[in-house]
Amino acid sequence: MNTTVIFINVFAFGCLISAFIKSRAKARQALIVALKSFFHILPTVLIIIILIGLLLGFVPQSQISKIVGERAGFGGVLIVALLGALLHIPSLVSFPLAASLLKNGASITSVAVFITTLTMIGMVTLPLEIKELGMKMALLRNGISFLIAIIIGILMGAIL
Amino acid sequence: MRGYAKEKEIQRHGVKRDIIILGATLIIAIILLSIFPDKRTPVFTASRKFFIEMILILPAVMILMGLFSVFVPKEMIVKHLGKTAGIKAVFLGILMGALPTGPLYAAFPMASALLKKGAKISCIIAFLSAWACIKLPQEMIELQFLGFKFMVTRLVLTIIFVVVMGISIEWLIKKAIKQNQEVNNASI
Repeated sequence: MNTTVIFINVFAFGCLISAFIKSRAKARQALIVALKSFFHILPTVLIIIILIGLLLGFVPQSQISKIVGERAGFGGVLIVALLGALLHIPSLVSFPLAASLLKNGASITSVAVFITTLTMIGMVTLPLEIKELGMKMALLRNGISFLIAIIIGILMGAIL
Repeated sequence: MRGYAKEKEIQRHGVKRDIIILGATLIIAIILLSIFPDKRTPVFTASRKFFIEMILILPAVMILMGLFSVFVPKEMIVKHLGKTAGIKAVFLGILMGALPTGPLYAAFPMASALLKKGAKISCIIAFLSAWACIKLPQEMIELQFLGFKFMVTRLVLTIIFVVVMGISIEWLIKKAIKQNQEVNNASI
């Protein structure tokens, strides 16, 4: 048990109690929503956990750092950025994946770029975005997000 | 708000697909581990470690998301963002986007409603980006797995660049609209 775990659980518990004080019916409804979304996300969480196990068990650290590590250079960052843009992984499970890569040879830059493109850019949801917001705005948002993801990653690599 | 039905449909479709992928992943894992029995220990150790780290915070994160989705309805967010103006709108967009609710595709219908209500484009872009990238439950999981320094640095940088992106997209779209009008005027 680390402090982050305790902090998050205490915070959630505190919010839940104040919600119950404010409105019992609404709080109960929120718990049902929470339970449903927990079971919705559970398969994805398990997939990612199995993949992390396989990744760390089978792919040697030197290989990971060669593809997405410091030595991979800008090409590696670009590959990670594209991967993040194409893949459709819920953001909640992208963090354990990113952490496992970071602990096993990936650079901070590529991990930050991966998380940012993964969350900000959705190739799978692009048709829906175009339909709702129009072609120009959807393409501008995704395109500029791709650029700023790389800038954020490079800055993170320089700062940390 | 017609997009909400579509959102439900995507979700239901998604769960079925996720379970199929989970099954396939399990089968691949079992085959790989029976061919390479010496890899069992490292694979189990890594998986178990990440599973424990995840399961300790996931229920709390889900409860927070549930609370926000019930107590802060989407209509309220759209109403608040629709009537705010100036640079304040951009930051309000980020703040509202950071409230924990649903995946990114759930935000598109809201953004579309905002667009029709005449909200600023910079505000809508800030809202969408914050929704995508710096949501509260997401930040909590980031804190758990990547640590405080990583989380805060990425958060600050993202907020800065999201503001810049919102303003520049608004500028680009307004410029394009202006040019169109000039072309139209010239042809008349």
